[in-house]
Amino acid sequence: MTAPLLQVDDLHVRFPISGGGLLGTGKRVLHAVNGISFELAKGECLSIVGESGCGKSTTALSILGLQTPSEGMIRYRGQPLTGPGAPGRMERAKAVQMVFQDPYASLNPRQSVRTSLAAPLRLHGVTAASEIEGRIEAMLKNVGLTPEQAARYPHEFSGGQRQRIGIARALILEPEIVLLDEPVSALDVSIRAQIINLLLDLQEKLGLSYLMISHDLSVVEHMSDRVLVMYFGEVVEEGGWRNIFEAPAHPYTRRLIAAIPDPAAALDPTGKQDRFADLPQFTGRRFVSDGSTSPDVFTAPALSELVEIGENHRVRLASA
Amino acid sequence: MTAPLLDIRDLRLGVAINRSTHHPLLKGVSFQIMPGEAYGLVGESGSGKSVTSLAVMGLLKKPLAIAGGEILFKGQNLLALPKREMRRLRGNRIAMIFQEPMTALNPLSTVGRQIAEMFVLHQSKSWGEAEKLAVEALGNVRVPNPDRRAKNYPHQMSGGLRQRVMIAMALACDPDLLIADEPTTALDVTVQAEVLRLIKELCAARGTAVLFISHDLGVIASVCQRVGVMYSGCLVEENETRLLFADPKHDYTRGLLGALPRLGSRSEHGRQRLVDIDSIIADRSKLTETRFIAPRGPEGSQP
Amino acid sequence: MRFGFNFWLGAGLTVLVILAGILAPWIAPFDPVLDADLMSSELPPDATFWFGTDAQGRDVYTRILYGAQISLTVGIVSQVINSMIGITLGMTAGYWGGWWDDLVNGLTNVMLAIPSLIFALAVMAVLGPGLPSLLIALGLTNWSWTCRIARSSTLSLKSQGYVQAAQTLGYGDLRIMFTQILPNMMGPILVMATLGMGSAVLSEAALSFLGLGIQPPFPSWGSMLTDARQLIQLAPWVAIFPGLAIFLSVLGFNLLGDGLRDSLDPHMRTRKP
Repeated sequence: MTAPLLQVDDLHVRFPISGGGLLGTGKRVLHAVNGISFELAKGECLSIVGESGCGKSTTALSILGLQTPSEGMIRYRGQPLTGPGAPGRMERAKAVQMVFQDPYASLNPRQSVRTSLAAPLRLHGVTAASEIEGRIEAMLKNVGLTPEQAARYPHEFSGGQRQRIGIARALILEPEIVLLDEPVSALDVSIRAQIINLLLDLQEKLGLSYLMISHDLSVVEHMSDRVLVMYFGEVVEEGGWRNIFEAPAHPYTRRLIAAIPDPAAALDPTGKQDRFADLPQFTGRRFVSDGSTSPDVFTAPALSELVEIGENHRVRLASA
Repeated sequence: MTAPLLDIRDLRLGVAINRSTHHPLLKGVSFQIMPGEAYGLVGESGSGKSVTSLAVMGLLKKPLAIAGGEILFKGQNLLALPKREMRRLRGNRIAMIFQEPMTALNPLSTVGRQIAEMFVLHQSKSWGEAEKLAVEALGNVRVPNPDRRAKNYPHQMSGGLRQRVMIAMALACDPDLLIADEPTTALDVTVQAEVLRLIKELCAARGTAVLFISHDLGVIASVCQRVGVMYSGCLVEENETRLLFADPKHDYTRGLLGALPRLGSRSEHGRQRLVDIDSIIADRSKLTETRFIAPRGPEGSQP
Repeated sequence: MRFGFNFWLGAGLTVLVILAGILAPWIAPFDPVLDADLMSSELPPDATFWFGTDAQGRDVYTRILYGAQISLTVGIVSQVINSMIGITLGMTAGYWGGWWDDLVNGLTNVMLAIPSLIFALAVMAVLGPGLPSLLIALGLTNWSWTCRIARSSTLSLKSQGYVQAAQTLGYGDLRIMFTQILPNMMGPILVMATLGMGSAVLSEAALSFLGLGIQPPFPSWGSMLTDARQLIQLAPWVAIFPGLAIFLSVLGFNLLGDGLRDSLDPHMRTRKP
């Protein structure tokens, strides 16, 4: 069996926090990510969902190499991306790229579209002006912009167009993995649909693998093959999108899905507000946390394990 | 039929660019809110939904200026009201909650004191009495341990708790109208669900009318009885929430609803594309030419 | 870009000073040093000597024109040195953080605690009087505010998406600092530099007034004021005109700085059609 495209193995990230005690005695350790493991296959869209502070962004930054893990291993095609054998920024850049949440902050206001697309190409050894121009032109067409728009500056574009430019920049080095950090949550509703469609088209056309970070579960359901639900640094449930959205087992997953303001549910004439009311409660071993109270982030979490409860569906339970 | 609580008639306002030119932001908006009704304004950025709320609150700042129309609150035109009268109304009869509670709260004062100030200011209570009422108000918005929390400063609270404090302040004087401008946009989904439920239940129990402004159709649907859809400074469609979602008449509303990824809408076969609003709308500039304002049903016939 | 009235007034005054300095050899009616004539000393302004003459009978108008060269050189060169030091230290401190940041912060605080004129005096005392040492002294003493601004701008720019994007695209640290961060903080830095030019001109005048700056007989506005000290009641024009020149040029630099601050906003910049 060949190595998976991306493999995250028991990733831990801890931050020392100075607690303000005299002589630094108040030092505490914040457990941001506690033993996350997953694999991303070629052409797959895997989503990590969870609320602020759950560790999903820290996980993404670790994969990008912008955050050093405290423990654990990240491998790209079997080769380590972290630790002593890690590649430099240049090599990593060709493997993983990122699309940022805020299209207004993600483009350098002083660089034209052409400059921000040409500079990475030049940096990575593409020197022929004709080739650079050709690749920029093709990329702009790919993301639904015209080559003439390359001369413009970010402030001349709308939010949706800026996000297209951000996508073009992420794809210009032809990476295999694209990290999508809340790619549409800062956009207007009508623009959102266009960008989601574009991302789906590009994934099929270029054979991309997406790792999406999001709190918007309706977008996640629409785009993902598999879903990881994170809660305070741990994966509490993972599985195929159908399992997660139609038969969620963990109470936190249920709460998360039920919390989405959904017009259909709100206007349901039968007044059935809880969509999972009919779903049987998970029986057997107990959950460590039901997601209604926040655990202490300064202590290592209680022992627990992800248990297979069905095909392509695992949920975190307290250790027996 | 009872008189509307808030009656906005042909409201026009814009940005004054210089003495002669004027860039319009609202091009004649009219709608009514009945006492106790939750009315939603939905639209994308730049549609004019937020300036509408600022106009009602009398908080428009230069270069924004009213160009015409009336805002009748209990039959009184707010636009003609002297500043002092308007101040007396604001926070007392009309209250507002914002998207980012951190910027709306004073960081140097405890939340208990800030709520108490509302009672002192508008109901001439003594500070001692007001602080007792403030703790009570915190309890009403379901803040756990209200007497301890009242002594907290805003930065010691989470975003969800801060928004509850804002709601407690807004509802302190039992206003007739609560304006909520994207009150949950900055919050996590599960916290958002709790805050929305809170707004809905408290206002229903007290008979407070709500003008709820949001870009999120799902949020609007879960709170409001009636919805107005805004586009480019115009109210293009208005209807009972259920009817609007079930049978949108305007192209723009149809586009918006189609563009929304909805839970449970994905089928087994691959990932279908969402509706591209531009494929429904041939010419955006013509969008505001047609408007569908459904008449209100006779009194008492709640849908 | 749209500029306000302040900017144009400041720019006008600055251009006036620049033109005076550059064109001095051609438009000055006399030589600033050699045309001394004790017979015509301390003459009040008239048709020949527009601003009057000083104790040595030299034309004050001519000397002010030549003095503009000194003031401009001092203002510009010292600010270039200041900005380079401030930007380099501030940007690297903000970007890298850690012990380097602590060190730079400490240094900045020490610099801010010492009055810059006193510090410049000490430097001048070591290097001796003269234009080069004046430039070094003023260039080494005024970078702390630039450094602070560069550091805080870097801290806020560092978390912007495009800086993170540059990191993921494989850019090195220095490349990120110079292509992504520096261009986006040039606005406030430029404003600081322009405002600093005004204070550099004042410092030059003060140091020359104390006899540590430009040495006689060559004219600088500060040294002209020194010479005028004894004549202030007898021949007030010898003091008034250099003073006015200092006042107007400092005002010009400051208005220019303010105007730049108001209009240096990337969103105002539009592509040429």
